[in-house]
Amino acid sequence: MSKRHVTTSVNGDSVEFLCSTEQTLLDVLRDELFLTGSKEGCGSGDCGACSVMLDGRLVCACLVLGVEANGREVETIEGMSDGEKLHPLQQKFLEHAALQCGICTPGILVAAKALLEKNPDPTETEVRYWLAGNLCRCTGYDKIVRAVLDAAAAMRGASAKPAAASSVQMQSA
Amino acid sequence: MNDMTNPNLVARELKIVGTRPLRPDGADKVTGRAKFGADMHLPNMLVGRVLRSPHAHARIRSIDTSKAQSLKGVKAVITSADLCDLPSEFIPAGEMMVNFKDMTRNVMAREKALYEGHAVAAVAAVNDRIAAQALALIEVDYEVLPHVMDVDEAMQPDAPLLHDDMFTIGVEPTPDKPSNIAKRVEFGFGDLEAGFSKADVIVEREFSTKPVHQGYIEPHACLASVSEDGQAELWCTTQGQFIVRAFCAKLLGMEVSQLRVTASEIGGGFGGKTVVYIEPLALALSRKACKPVKMVMSRTEVLQASGPTSGARIRVKVGATKDGRITAGDALLKYQAGAFQGSPVQPGAMCAFAPYDLENVRIVGFDIVVNRPKVAAYRAPGGPIAEFAVESVIDEVAMKIGLDPIEFRLKNAAQEGTRAPYGPKLGPIGLVQTLQAARAHAHYSAPLKANQGRGVASGFWFNIGGETCASLNLGEDGSVAMVVGTPDIGGSRASLSMMAAEELGISLEHIHPIVGDTSALGFNFLTGGSRVTFSSGMAVVQAARDVIEQLRERASKIWEVPLADVEWVEGHARCAGPGEARSLSLAELARTAGKTGGPIIGNAAINATGAGPSLATHLVDVEVDPETGKVTILRYTAIQDAGKAIHPAYVEGQMQGGAVQGIGWALNEEYIYDDKGHLLNPGFLDYRIPVCSDVPMIDTVIVEVPNPNHPYGVRGVGETPIVPPMGAIANAVSHATGVRFTDLPMSPPRVLAAIDAQQSQ
Repeated sequence: MSKRHVTTSVNGDSVEFLCSTEQTLLDVLRDELFLTGSKEGCGSGDCGACSVMLDGRLVCACLVLGVEANGREVETIEGMSDGEKLHPLQQKFLEHAALQCGICTPGILVAAKALLEKNPDPTETEVRYWLAGNLCRCTGYDKIVRAVLDAAAAMRGASAKPAAASSVQMQSA
Repeated sequence: MNDMTNPNLVARELKIVGTRPLRPDGADKVTGRAKFGADMHLPNMLVGRVLRSPHAHARIRSIDTSKAQSLKGVKAVITSADLCDLPSEFIPAGEMMVNFKDMTRNVMAREKALYEGHAVAAVAAVNDRIAAQALALIEVDYEVLPHVMDVDEAMQPDAPLLHDDMFTIGVEPTPDKPSNIAKRVEFGFGDLEAGFSKADVIVEREFSTKPVHQGYIEPHACLASVSEDGQAELWCTTQGQFIVRAFCAKLLGMEVSQLRVTASEIGGGFGGKTVVYIEPLALALSRKACKPVKMVMSRTEVLQASGPTSGARIRVKVGATKDGRITAGDALLKYQAGAFQGSPVQPGAMCAFAPYDLENVRIVGFDIVVNRPKVAAYRAPGGPIAEFAVESVIDEVAMKIGLDPIEFRLKNAAQEGTRAPYGPKLGPIGLVQTLQAARAHAHYSAPLKANQGRGVASGFWFNIGGETCASLNLGEDGSVAMVVGTPDIGGSRASLSMMAAEELGISLEHIHPIVGDTSALGFNFLTGGSRVTFSSGMAVVQAARDVIEQLRERASKIWEVPLADVEWVEGHARCAGPGEARSLSLAELARTAGKTGGPIIGNAAINATGAGPSLATHLVDVEVDPETGKVTILRYTAIQDAGKAIHPAYVEGQMQGGAVQGIGWALNEEYIYDDKGHLLNPGFLDYRIPVCSDVPMIDTVIVEVPNPNHPYGVRGVGETPIVPPMGAIANAVSHATGVRFTDLPMSPPRVLAAIDAQQSQ
């Protein structure tokens, strides 16, 4: 079967590639364009590790065919920072220790950025439901939610809402 | 190797340890640059895929690979004939043991396929499509056999037999007939009968848990490249590159030093990446094809064929006096091993009653093979299953005698000097402190509404040490390249760098951590057993002290003073002898190292001993919807003795993550099989791990009762947090509904059925 020629835009750059018709956008990003920041955790749209933006809409790249990217705009984790300046979400994820292994982190950052573009001042509940399609097995989500809320506040130019008292350290002899 | 028996507990004021700096690998992990198992590509790389058994139990009469082999684009096909058959030999892998005879059969079925998804052949082809076509051309002649999935059924004398050479270990005399019972273990002491006769209250209950998967988001993935002369490289996601090297070399008949294994960044493991599955297959395919072979499991393959932890049936009996003293504890544990022996029933038995100071205690455990994927370690392997049952009964006993459950635990809590049910006396531990902190926490006295309940449970885990190496290479500019051999699964580059910087007395930004491949260091045991911050921490501290020793020698040479007159203070050599005060910084000494004796490298090769058990107490509030049976977690507080939190944010992260995995185990997660032994939910949609909207914030309290065997008091924190949640949640749901829940998961249909049954009484 012959491959299809696709012209698209990835992180603002115009890109051409050849792909077979069964290749997903995730396959193309990872194996043809070597943009491996988007991860495959399930291949069935359940884990969100491959979250990317397609024409400004949050999608699972494993559920989109490579040929469907033709003439459209794709944004991935690799386009999130501005030169050496991290996006506020990236910075806050580091400050809050909101990642352990880091495999879900790119997808969660892309999804969180999409949330804050729609809703710059989300509640904790809104963050939790927006990110319900992005599985994280390490963190229990606590520090992720805090980092997103704190990044939202920083992006609004406000100081972070005081987070509920969460951690105490006690020393014993 | 030398034992580090005198680690010199650091007494001076700490500048870096205990703070919360950004992790050194942070930028890579928030930009997508970090390379995980599936992220590596090589020129001329082939794609490897595995043919898996559709049957839960079948004899393999023959495998015909000729059609697959002749398909254009197929470069290699392998079966079990391409791997070494090996005699039975048990060796440690994390907190579990592996057996090479079983391992070679688990990675590729030989005589029989023993579970759905068991690998029977593999191919390497120029692309994924051709590899898939080739799999369809492999003809396997199966004789389907009756299968058995449940431990009680598998223990019956007429049960389908998985292995005709399995004679139960641990019973006298050894049985003359084979069975599915691999092993019986027993721990304890005292006189149970006398103990129960002194009790005013006795509670005895049976429990069941389902197998649950570690649920790491990154599937197993590797890239193998074997050259024509047999030299091999393997890139893979693993908790231990040295363990992978050892296992693969054995399965392929190679010398370990022929094989260089690089651990990629690892996308979660939780114990599940302490064994090998596709790695030896990729090497065997690459050896045949003489080209690099990449293999990545699908999520379905992960769930069908990589290790969950055991499902189990448990019976627990506890007696206590009415003033709250436990008089006896008895437990029977029956753990599924999967298709090959080696369930974590032994550690489960050892820690079942370990939080308590008992005079009369017995735990009997059975390791039972069934036609399910072979279990692998999962965070505190064996502990959560046994302690769920014990903590549920402890709660019920406390209720019956009318004592607050924390008060009851405090009256019986294990402390320094308590004899553990598995034999030795415990060193200093922090259970009492976690219970006191729980009782004092605002959570514990907050009001509850209708249909809500609060649960408490404690948990124990041993933690381990083991073989560990580290190197600190001092650069000519005073920076330090720190090489460790334990993959960083959740922030250990940060915690290890912090200890190195603290020792050397230099700024953290000058320490550059690297996880070395197997050619970079001596043997390192894996990332598991909560051992990395403990063991690699000890190695890093020792290597740093080695660097300091050498720097002092250089300074003494430069100043022409005795070594004893040179002290190391805050990153500087200082002359302590008579005369003018002199000082040379680490960077100054590094710059001139070439002239004062050559490069400076600090090394440590140790067998870390003296790991300290970590104990925890969790509090949880739930609400049960009486119409649907859905349990909502309203509030959660995890309290744990970390010994010393090197980087408190990552310690909290371990506690929060373990608690939420436990919430999944308690409420949602289970393997569902049909009557043919086919897994019905091999995906994240139906094998449902907790999502962000399922859980509240997880509050944490870190208690620090230092481990005297570590220079900074570290115990290890990763595993204990998954021990208490199931008991705490079961107790909370029981209090919310008035029905005692003994079977996991407490999914809505089960909870609803229990509520309905109670109302119809």
